[in-house]
Amino acid sequence: MSLMRVTSPHAHGPLSTARVMQTVLLACIPGVAALTWFFGAGTLVNIAWACIVGLASEALALKLRKRPLGPYLTDYSALVTATLLAIAMPAYAPWWLILVGVSFSIIIAKHLYGGLGYNPFNPAMVGYVVLLISFPVEMTSWAAPRGVNAVEVPGLLEALTLCFAPNSIDAVTMATPLDLLKQNSTLTETVLRQQNPQFGRWAGVGWEWASLGFLAGGLWMLYKRIYTWHAPVAMLASLALIATLFHDGGSADSTGSALFHLLSGGAMFGAFFIITDPVSSAVSNRGRLVFGAAIGVLVFLIRCFGNYPDAVAFAVLIMNFAAPFIDYYTQPQTYGYGKSSQTIASDRSETS
Amino acid sequence: MAEANYRELSINGLWKNNPAIVQLLGLCPLLAVTGSVVNAIGLGLATVFVLVTSNTAVSIIRNITSDTVRLPAFVMIIASAVTCIELLMQAFAYELYQILGIFLPLITTNCVILGRADGFARKNPIAPAFYDGFIMGVGFMVVLVVLGAMRELAGTGALFANMDLLFGPSAASWKLVVFSNYNDFLLAILPPGAFIFTGLLIAGKNLIDARIKARQDALREKPVKGAKRVRVTGTIS
Repeated sequence: MSLMRVTSPHAHGPLSTARVMQTVLLACIPGVAALTWFFGAGTLVNIAWACIVGLASEALALKLRKRPLGPYLTDYSALVTATLLAIAMPAYAPWWLILVGVSFSIIIAKHLYGGLGYNPFNPAMVGYVVLLISFPVEMTSWAAPRGVNAVEVPGLLEALTLCFAPNSIDAVTMATPLDLLKQNSTLTETVLRQQNPQFGRWAGVGWEWASLGFLAGGLWMLYKRIYTWHAPVAMLASLALIATLFHDGGSADSTGSALFHLLSGGAMFGAFFIITDPVSSAVSNRGRLVFGAAIGVLVFLIRCFGNYPDAVAFAVLIMNFAAPFIDYYTQPQTYGYGKSSQTIASDRSETS
Repeated sequence: MAEANYRELSINGLWKNNPAIVQLLGLCPLLAVTGSVVNAIGLGLATVFVLVTSNTAVSIIRNITSDTVRLPAFVMIIASAVTCIELLMQAFAYELYQILGIFLPLITTNCVILGRADGFARKNPIAPAFYDGFIMGVGFMVVLVVLGAMRELAGTGALFANMDLLFGPSAASWKLVVFSNYNDFLLAILPPGAFIFTGLLIAGKNLIDARIKARQDALREKPVKGAKRVRVTGTIS
């Protein structure tokens, strides 16, 4: 006879902040590996330097706010912000660019608003937008991917030199496929693809594989239940839908196919690593669907009709603004307050 | 009205009730034109002029305007003063006039000016009204200039560029390059930079206020140790 009763609290895996952040960092690996293979060691140097700056900024901000250093520095949150920003930035960014971006993310976008859990905007994206607005040239010079025009990708030593002594050697830079498609107004899409070798099978050489890498990492995080599927799926679906609706089959005014948009720039990275930030996104599942879908539409609109080549950061920031508003209208109903009880609720409001 | 206290007026205008960083009035020019020191000084001087003129004029007519029409009357006075300064700037600092653009006529709608006219000049004699306009204007201008200097330094790595627009050709050499080989930090010059730096200024002022208050409290309250009597009301002294 077993007298054991399973009552609450039920045992569950300890999902601390540090654990979640570690998982996010690990999930970055496939995408970063793809970026490193196609664009050289620049991304790795970016990440390493950004993490150093991130930890230093976090320590400085904590000290100024008179908070304990230990628990906050070891929860990996600063490392995640720094890593995400470093991945989003072009490889071989000069050191001061990363310094400005990461310290801005941590000190102003995160700690001035109250630290981890209180920031209304995604810190990494705030840092990215600050850099993109302030230093458009540095932020849009992307290295040429491996194998295009017989480019040799820089090794680790070269990457370090490019980062810390920016003007000493020249890196081969190239317009990204998103840029090319946007500036093109005369060629049909097929000719454009033939003339520019940086177009790959689906989107851009290197980009497509990096995007697939981030997709894999994201799916792994879904499996680990770091977040729910709602926001990423809504974003990718709405981006694919609107891109399909606007796609005219490849004329000179073409805005690109759905697959091209999904695998270009930061769409996958944003969908699985940025908009799933639990702090700055909508709270309820229904809210996350709206949040993600709106970001997908905005990404397409800004990419195709805006002034900047990629749009994920801007779209995310706009929707971070809107997240409390979405939460207000998508508040889940309390259990037990169904339709039948609405009459009671209205009666109550009349009498009061 | 009680005798005007000029010392208090000065403290109010420059620090305690500063129009820009305490009352947060006139944010539109504050945010829009403080991209450089020369713009800030230009707009600051114009605001001081308008404040002094409108305060004095409002104070002169304070007993003969009825309450119902006072606001239109004040706005007319302010608009006239703004037109004067606009014409003056067109005559003597035309390039600066062009840079400031719409923000010069917009001084008319600056809340600081109507606020002081309605809140102070309407109830006070001419001399205090004149002084209040002047000191409030100076308080506003100081914030404009500090903000302009911060943003210019962060944005371009230099200070006092293009001062010849305001002070004649000899001022062209006042430009002070603080950081050479500086990549322009556009954010500081764009409107978001204005918000961020204004926020930092307000935070700085609050910090100083808190320090002053803490010091005063420390001087005032001297805790008595080892008091034997039991008292539940008041402090033992």
